[in-house]
Amino acid sequence: MEKFTKITGIAAPMPLVNIDTDMIIPKQFLKTIKRTGLGVNLFDEMRYDEQGNEKPDFVLNKPQYRDAQILIAGDNFGCGSSREHAPWALLDFGIRAVVSTSYADIFFNNCFKNGILPIILPEDQVQYLMDDASKGANARITVDLESQTVTASDGTTFAFEVEPFRKHCLLNGLDDIGLTLEKADKIDAFEDKAKQLFPWA
Amino acid sequence: MTAPKTLYDKIWDAHLVDESDDGTCLLYIDRHLVHEVTSPQAFEGLRMTGRKVRAPEKTIAVPDHNVPTTPGRETRIENAESRIQVDALDKNARDFGIHYYPVADVRQGIVHIIGPEQGWTLPGMTIVCGDSHTATHGAFGALAHGIGTSEVEHVLATQTLIQSKSKNMKVEITGKLSPGVTAKDITLAVIGKIGTAGGTGHVIEYCGEAIRDLSMEGRMTVCNMAIEAGARAGLIAPDEKTFDYVRGRPHAPKGAVWEAAMAYWKTLFSDEGAHFDKVVTIRGEDIAPVVTWGTSPEDVLPITAEVPDPASFPGGKSGAAKRSLEYMGLKPGMKLTDIKVDAVFIGSCTNGRIEDLRAAAEILKGRKLAPGVRGMVVPGSGLVRLQAEEEGLAEIFIDAGFEWRLAGCSMCLGMNPDQLAPGERCAGTSNRNFEGRMGRGGRTHLMSPVMAAAAAVTGHLTDVRELMAETA
Ligand code: SF4
Repeated sequence: MEKFTKITGIAAPMPLVNIDTDMIIPKQFLKTIKRTGLGVNLFDEMRYDEQGNEKPDFVLNKPQYRDAQILIAGDNFGCGSSREHAPWALLDFGIRAVVSTSYADIFFNNCFKNGILPIILPEDQVQYLMDDASKGANARITVDLESQTVTASDGTTFAFEVEPFRKHCLLNGLDDIGLTLEKADKIDAFEDKAKQLFPWA
Repeated sequence: MTAPKTLYDKIWDAHLVDESDDGTCLLYIDRHLVHEVTSPQAFEGLRMTGRKVRAPEKTIAVPDHNVPTTPGRETRIENAESRIQVDALDKNARDFGIHYYPVADVRQGIVHIIGPEQGWTLPGMTIVCGDSHTATHGAFGALAHGIGTSEVEHVLATQTLIQSKSKNMKVEITGKLSPGVTAKDITLAVIGKIGTAGGTGHVIEYCGEAIRDLSMEGRMTVCNMAIEAGARAGLIAPDEKTFDYVRGRPHAPKGAVWEAAMAYWKTLFSDEGAHFDKVVTIRGEDIAPVVTWGTSPEDVLPITAEVPDPASFPGGKSGAAKRSLEYMGLKPGMKLTDIKVDAVFIGSCTNGRIEDLRAAAEILKGRKLAPGVRGMVVPGSGLVRLQAEEEGLAEIFIDAGFEWRLAGCSMCLGMNPDQLAPGERCAGTSNRNFEGRMGRGGRTHLMSPVMAAAAAVTGHLTDVRELMAETA
């Protein structure tokens, strides 16, 4: 997994609430058996018309947002299915951080496994960044995981929370399977105990 | 004396392998269900790192999401990408030695239907699957939730999951349901009340007389949609109905082990005085047959209502409602019962079980699909299909003009050929009405099987109680 330390980049505003994973990556693109290559189909049905032409008014099609690395979105971002294709598509497009007031659980988890930082801020701060992002490509926003801050283009800085373990993994690009396997003896011990207590499982 | 615990606390504590200083926990997983869409990259990951499946005997795989539901699929799946995914699952199941139900097996079906059917799902277990509707298994008092593909790989390799504990939420449905009101109406009414983010960060325990009165099938319908309320999982404490359902299933314990299991399962309930961070109570009598009008499962209204005015919603919701109505092709103020449908879909892991088919058939008996309406019934598993054929339900559906399909997810997510055309409107028994869910541009109204059957007969959204009055 790619490390996440600090990025400064263009933020695309998406002021919609309940952006679900079907919108982020529609199901016809779930038939892949790979993790990469989904970026062109990110937000497919909002981004392209039926003939496959770009819709000029969709935010990521506008010249100033084509290289966005950050998304500023409405409440409950990523609700819906468990498809990890959603963060894969975001990442493949180049999005490394999302800012919203809230996320669906599974999506939130999936982001951390793929080097994407989902940031939770209160509504007024999300709105501030949304307005900032609406200014276009000159408004570069900085996300710093080490110091746990988001800085708007005018220097206004907001602090955010992140679980220490997730921060550690993201900062160091750690594969958590490897970390868990280091605890194999504990898993063995649990299984031995469970065999006695819950033989049916 | 230990502090009173919730059901969730008890299952959590019984599966805790390790807790780090920062509160990150390692949870043991008893059952891992796998399907073709969210697993290929996980198996690929195992191969790349030379890792094995730690507990193949606890891992069960079935293709369901994009298999066609028409005959001939055992020999050839036309769509190349779907075929590649199903072939990949075939191979992965064989290579890693996990339990497998191929399309040709009569026991094949939607993963959340066959888990309980085969007795893999038992009370008190932890169950995960790379699918958000894993919450379904919570109906047995099992802690069950959806995970992403990286986590699928993590569980395959370690049989554990890194988790932080959720909060406890209690949803109590008191009293009795009125005639024509079903488990689906309960679960939709709850989402309508608390919103799609209302349960975020929580595990919901459903309780109360109306929940106790539900069959196991109904309880699965309720828990299935806990995820649509944003919750990590839904739970219902096991009782005699649960034990009766489980007893004798192929993978359920037998003999002395069964007795030991029962003794343990009977301790699985929230203790008197256990703390819940959030409590919601709804009177069963206040729940009407409901339908969704928009593109979020929280867009719920009683069938007797009218399409709402977006201006009546607060702040950001107003824009979402306006966008929903445009997508759905509806005008504020029109009666919900005036909405005409082009298609009716009965199936999915929400409502594809035998009881759902019985309920829909009861309404359809002696009636026909309205002219111009296409009807499709997709049983949740091969065994549900067989049983429905034996009970004569299939005949009722076919006589009414429905297509009688093979088991799978089908139009619920439209990954296989069963899809709506742009602008087509469907009365569906599934769980998501998102834009494009059943096919690009397709419009979905969620409802119970009896309500879907009523819409099939009249050709528009209909209060099933009127048809029930006719037959009574
Ligand atoms: S029936 Fe629908 S919701 Fe259920 S597992 Fe299949 S696609 Fe998911």
